[in-house]
Amino acid sequence: MSTPVLELSGISKTFGAVRALSEVDFHVGAGEVVALLGDNGAGKSTLVKVIAGAHPADSGGTIAWDGQPVTIGSPSDAQRLGIATIYQDLALCDNLDIVGNLFLGNERLHFPGTLDEVAMESRARELLDSLSVRIPDLRVPVSGLSGGQRQIIAIARSLLGQPRVVMLDEPTAALGVAQTAQVLDLIERLRDQGLGVVLISHNMADVRAVADRAVVLRLGRNAGDFPIAETSYEEIVAAITGAADNPVTRRSERTGASAVATKDH
Amino acid sequence: MTQQTHLTQEDTATEGVSAEAARDPRLLVTAASPRGWLQVLRRNMRGGELGPIPVVVGLILIGVVFQSMNDRFLSPQNLSNLTVQIAAIGLMTTGVIMVLLLGEIDLSIGSVAGLAAAVLAVLAVRHGLPEWLAIFAALGVGLVIGLIHGVIFAKVGVPAFVVTLAGLLGWQGVHLYLMGNDGTINTSSTGPIALLTQTYFVPVVGWAVVLVVLALYLLSVLTVERKRRGAGLPNRAPVEILARTALLALPLVGGVWTLNQYKGVPLAFLIFVGFVAVLDLVLRKTRYGRMVYAVGGNAEAARRAGINVDLIRVSVFGIASMLAALGGIMLASRNFAASVSTGGGAELMMAIAAAVIGGTSLFGGRGNAYSALLGGLVLGAITSGLLLLQMDTSVRFMITAAVLLVAVILDAVSRRGRKTHARGGA
Repeated sequence: MSTPVLELSGISKTFGAVRALSEVDFHVGAGEVVALLGDNGAGKSTLVKVIAGAHPADSGGTIAWDGQPVTIGSPSDAQRLGIATIYQDLALCDNLDIVGNLFLGNERLHFPGTLDEVAMESRARELLDSLSVRIPDLRVPVSGLSGGQRQIIAIARSLLGQPRVVMLDEPTAALGVAQTAQVLDLIERLRDQGLGVVLISHNMADVRAVADRAVVLRLGRNAGDFPIAETSYEEIVAAITGAADNPVTRRSERTGASAVATKDH
Repeated sequence: MTQQTHLTQEDTATEGVSAEAARDPRLLVTAASPRGWLQVLRRNMRGGELGPIPVVVGLILIGVVFQSMNDRFLSPQNLSNLTVQIAAIGLMTTGVIMVLLLGEIDLSIGSVAGLAAAVLAVLAVRHGLPEWLAIFAALGVGLVIGLIHGVIFAKVGVPAFVVTLAGLLGWQGVHLYLMGNDGTINTSSTGPIALLTQTYFVPVVGWAVVLVVLALYLLSVLTVERKRRGAGLPNRAPVEILARTALLALPLVGGVWTLNQYKGVPLAFLIFVGFVAVLDLVLRKTRYGRMVYAVGGNAEAARRAGINVDLIRVSVFGIASMLAALGGIMLASRNFAASVSTGGGAELMMAIAAAVIGGTSLFGGRGNAYSALLGGLVLGAITSGLLLLQMDTSVRFMITAAVLLVAVILDAVSRRGRKTHARGGA
């Protein structure tokens, strides 16, 4: 594989006496969906926040963008590089319509201060068409949309900044079956358009459906990097829970290797 | 990259074929025909987006009832007086609407109006300042007070309810202190202050305003619709544009015609409607207005979108207090005096009630500037009608309270409607 778009190595993050991440490696390439897995408290959210710039990492590790070392010290640093993050609560304004939400804080203007609704609506239509999202009336308030449509609008909004890596925090957690399928379709479309997608999920079925790789964290450390196609459900669950009843962990315990169950490719 | 363009072309191709079939009837009715409009109306009513319909129906009802009880109610003279009477509280309502859009409340506007009237009278009468200068000073005092409220609310984090409750008491104290031993300070009955509510325009001016407003409206709508057609976006049929213009022309022409039957269009009413129209344009067409709605809808989302939430909050409180001060100036103008009781009566409650009756939500993020006009007309009409019937203030308060309660219940019910109908999509 060519140089990953985003590559983190040896990243640590300490909150007071708690070491949330220690020496974590992570990378995502263009056109690749990487699932970030782990039990509660494993450090997934912390890692996402380090990448998004919300919590800068401790010194020691390195972050590379297109192979060049960079520092991500704030959310705007991350945005400038081309990293978009969609958090679980979506951050939509229910009272505004779809166009208003897509361009919130980033409105197109004609005279100083006045909104260019026509330009915004055309661009919104173009963007949603390119994602094969069908919402004929872009002027309905977001409160009138289904959970899946809201998720899609939140994702679409992040794409207006033309990011190269998109991070999704539990995008299907609150969705029904059909809506989950819509969001998974959208994730595949993002991959096909050459974006790197980081998917945080507890839902193994979703992960198996769209992810190319699964990176597992356990207790703030790397606990495996599996190509989805060649890995069984049980192996991933074992890495998440740290269950000792599989040959890989048993062997690593015998040999004392620090990196557990690493099946790199 | 080639993969991407290929994908897009393929998608738009399939889109064209299946777009019609993919339409979800629960969400997506677009108004392209009379039947479409009806469907939109029905959908909006079920979804809790009632718009101005209940208020307009209420206004017509009030007109019919009072006219049947006293045939002077709809006389040009009574209606003309009505428009001047509602201007002061209406301006206060215009400011309150901005605060309500943020999902906050300003309880100090009555006291601020009273203080502004006192500042005006003290400067103009006791210190002999030119009246127009005193007007600007009173407006400035209002602005500064609002900015103080806004900073304490936004930067320190004290709930707006408490900040403005302190303001309600504190600014009334300053008001009484300024008045000193005078219970009332009479202002000149011929100066600029008095002219604010004593000026009526000759009929030609009223008709000119109607023509200019209609022409500007039609021009702007036609320009936008042409641009939308050019960009391939859904646009309104010429019939609909004409119908909307006619709908706007009806109250404009009727109102100006009625007012011209008496003394002509009053300056006070024109100032009020002018502020409503400007605020409406600011809220709907500018980035600032979009930010106000965004902060009212979801302050955290607005913050993450890069909006300076504190700045919006402080500025809205500043504007609201300045409009309250303008309302106070109007009160002083109509009475030719500022007294210790100016702004201390039912003004605060009436101003907030008018906003809610007009359709602005107490829950933030929903409403528009025209609520001030509609709500003000409803309350003004009730007051005027009951006065004509020589009813007691007690009855007026009870009836106004009932109307307010109905409006708040409509607000709460439609909010619930929005929630339950929010999950209709695929």
